[in-house]
Amino acid sequence: MLLEINDLHVYYKSYWYILKVLNGVWLRVDKGERVGIIGESGSGKTTLLKSILKILPQNGIIPRGEIRYDGKNILKLGDNELTKIRRKEIGIIFQDPMAALNPVFTIKEQLYDIIKHKMMIEGHNPSSKELHEQAVKILNDVRLPDPERVLKSYPFQLSGGMRQRVMIAMALISAEKLLLADEPTTNLDVTIQDQILKLIHKLVTEKNLSTILVSHALGMVYQMTDRVFVLYAGDIMEEAGTNELFNHPKHPYTQLLISSTPRLSSVGVGEGIKGKIPDYRNPPPGCRFAPRCPYVMDKCINMKPGKIQVNRDHVVSCYLYD
Amino acid sequence: MSNYTILSVSDLRKYFTTAEGVVRAVDGVSFNVKHGETLALVGESGSGKTTTGHVIMGFYPPDGGKIIYKGAYELSIPMKKRPLELKRDIQIVFQDPGTSLNPKRLVKDIISLPLLVHRIVDKRRVYEKVAELLEYVGLSEEYMFRYPHELGGGEKQLVAIARALAPNPSFIILDESTSALDVSSQAKVLNTLVKIQNELKLTYLLITHDLGVVRNISQRVMIMYLGKIYEEAPTEEFFKLPMHPYTQMLLSSIPTLSEEDEKIKPRGIESVGEIPSAVKPPSGCRFHTRCPFAKQICMEKDPPDIIVNNNHIVRCWLYE
Amino acid sequence: MSGATVSEVKFSELEKKVKRENWRRIWFRFKKSKLSVIGLSMILILLFMAVFAEYVAPYPSHAGLYIAFKNAYKPPSIEHILGTDMYGRDVFSRIIFGFRYAFMMIGLVLSIVVPTGVILGLIAGYYRGTFIETVIVRLSDIFISLPPLVLALSIASILEPNIFNSMLAVSLMWWPWYVKLTYSMTVSLRNEPFILAAESQGASTLHILFRELLPIELGTILTKVTLDAGWVILIGAAISFVGLGAQPPTPDLGTMVSEYSKYLPEYWWMSLGPAAGIVLIILAFNLLGDGVRDVFAGE
Repeated sequence: MLLEINDLHVYYKSYWYILKVLNGVWLRVDKGERVGIIGESGSGKTTLLKSILKILPQNGIIPRGEIRYDGKNILKLGDNELTKIRRKEIGIIFQDPMAALNPVFTIKEQLYDIIKHKMMIEGHNPSSKELHEQAVKILNDVRLPDPERVLKSYPFQLSGGMRQRVMIAMALISAEKLLLADEPTTNLDVTIQDQILKLIHKLVTEKNLSTILVSHALGMVYQMTDRVFVLYAGDIMEEAGTNELFNHPKHPYTQLLISSTPRLSSVGVGEGIKGKIPDYRNPPPGCRFAPRCPYVMDKCINMKPGKIQVNRDHVVSCYLYD
Repeated sequence: MSNYTILSVSDLRKYFTTAEGVVRAVDGVSFNVKHGETLALVGESGSGKTTTGHVIMGFYPPDGGKIIYKGAYELSIPMKKRPLELKRDIQIVFQDPGTSLNPKRLVKDIISLPLLVHRIVDKRRVYEKVAELLEYVGLSEEYMFRYPHELGGGEKQLVAIARALAPNPSFIILDESTSALDVSSQAKVLNTLVKIQNELKLTYLLITHDLGVVRNISQRVMIMYLGKIYEEAPTEEFFKLPMHPYTQMLLSSIPTLSEEDEKIKPRGIESVGEIPSAVKPPSGCRFHTRCPFAKQICMEKDPPDIIVNNNHIVRCWLYE
Repeated sequence: MSGATVSEVKFSELEKKVKRENWRRIWFRFKKSKLSVIGLSMILILLFMAVFAEYVAPYPSHAGLYIAFKNAYKPPSIEHILGTDMYGRDVFSRIIFGFRYAFMMIGLVLSIVVPTGVILGLIAGYYRGTFIETVIVRLSDIFISLPPLVLALSIASILEPNIFNSMLAVSLMWWPWYVKLTYSMTVSLRNEPFILAAESQGASTLHILFRELLPIELGTILTKVTLDAGWVILIGAAISFVGLGAQPPTPDLGTMVSEYSKYLPEYWWMSLGPAAGIVLIILAFNLLGDGVRDVFAGE
């Protein structure tokens, strides 16, 4: 087991109120496993990824929970060890490369910086020639044509697809064990998205990395992962192998989500889900999906359902299977 | 009366001057929309699909070509100078319901505006009519006294649809109307759009990049790339027999959810390259820089219309 | 009420409820900060004193021309808590009347400046790229480029120096700032889809300006108004201080400071009172302004 998260709670405090976003999330990632997290907007998926790296914003607090990475509890690690993990072991691809890349530095400066820091952790201070070699190699890895030109560019001089490739390159430098991808292709066109996804897939397989892919696009998760967790309003609703989950979804939320997705081979979509995601200031005390669930029962409203093992590879958090 | 041409666009052009040069956003586009149908205009960013829709709405004037509405109105005139009946008859539903509804106005104010402007109902019955419209799109009348920020994304879009329906239009432009929504709320919006079209005999021009949505609500599809239309076909046939290499690339790039969907995707083509800048579009067929089947002629000359059958047209030298 | 249908009554009830909710929300946000509540209370108290100055002031007749030399130059005591001036007038009473003039100045200046600036700003922003925009923006640029106090002083010196003219002068240099503020907000909102949607449905320009754009800009404008109220007093006081504003014996705070400062440092209480009055009123409006900003900032 590379990463195991138990009962993770994350709150955001503001002057006016507390947002209770994550509500006891669990997650596990094996070595070399590709895990998907399905989450619609506002489900807390970015918060989850950020807490793994402990890069939550200032007002984010973790009142309860455990994140075990490689046998260590991330939440209790000192800054030095955390930095080491962030620079060498876990890499992250953000949704918006424009926000993640610094607009006033060239790609070269930003890439060199990351490579240098990583090498210094390995106890080696690289020369500029080494840095250059490494940078060109990594840009070649992500199939960026003309790496020399890319190195000299500022982020705004690159197209969206190229920026995302640079982001991936940077994430890969620090990801020797685990790669986190937060909606890596949301802002890209379909044909470019396809290229990026294939690239990530290839690189991850080559390096035998564990990955967590977070997305609202079911098709992408279906095609890119081995196991899937369904996140809704800060709660894991269901966990199963990818094929099992998409072919035999158990949780009403998962079922409605899958039936709502338009298909290429047939006409007609499900009726969708009524209402909207709950207000995190005052979330439902029981199952967080209860207010929108067509099968809601009395006990759903008052008490959060536990994990229910429906078969060997399938866990659901729903009283319907109690 | 059915099947008459409600909107006829011929050789439409729209250029924008930017710091980098002239962007040929729409560069000679022609099509007809038939009454009561949904015509999908599909393309990626920079294809000019949204510009086409906005020129039809009159947000900016075209630089060439003709747009004739209902055989009588010339739509090249800007929105502000159009007669009131045109502003009533043509409506638009924008992509992001977060920005298309005024955050400071109650839902009832948003929907009653067109009712009052076009005198659809007596002033004293406006609220009843608003409640009726909301119910028609599947929202209860309680929503009247809410602000947009109190609604979910899908609900906001339903309010935007109710606003578009309010003045009894016959033609609605759906400008990426479901793209900003989560799947769970998109489904409700799609189903509502289909229902109201059938009941009110509306005509839609659906502008989108999502072929899954196209499959579900449109009868005809047009594929646009860098300002030009390269293929048009009835939806059924389009998914069965995509002909243009770009269309095939587009279809093969979609991450699908099931084995049946996977079978729809064309084989033997893989997405490569980047979308070129619309400032200096490639010569000849604009797709030739990414096309695995490109020949010499593709770089030199615009491909001709190849009529596959009477409703399926492809512009590609491969089928010459 | 005759002719109102059941549904009309129901809808108007609901509408009232929404309005009540809005006010409750505004008050909730406002009272979160103690300082802004203090600011509001201070303003209410000062306003009360200003309106009922005749009843609040211990010696209402001392406001204007009144001479009692036997009482002159008295330091603060129980009868005259802020002492008396060179003519034997009660300084505290004069300050209370001074507040009345201060609020009149604020009211006069803002009621000229805010509507003018906001309307011109809305129009300039809405007609972006046309001749109308150029005229409005250039005109306000000209007024902004002149040093404000110098402009006000030169106008006040051309006209007969009195409180009304000095306030006109202040207004003349102030409106462009509201044009700038409203103009820049309007320009950024101008092409939002909700404006396009309303226009494409045939909404009139008046509707767009005052029903769609203004409600969104109102919060920022109101914040500026409250923060500016203090500045009006300050500038008014400065003009009076150099003798171009209100003339003695008008109990204007600035004029009083100017008049009494000649007697510094011996008779310090004379100028201390009105100066503190100016500080107090500016402070109150600034505290209120912070509260108003908090109300709208979260949106």
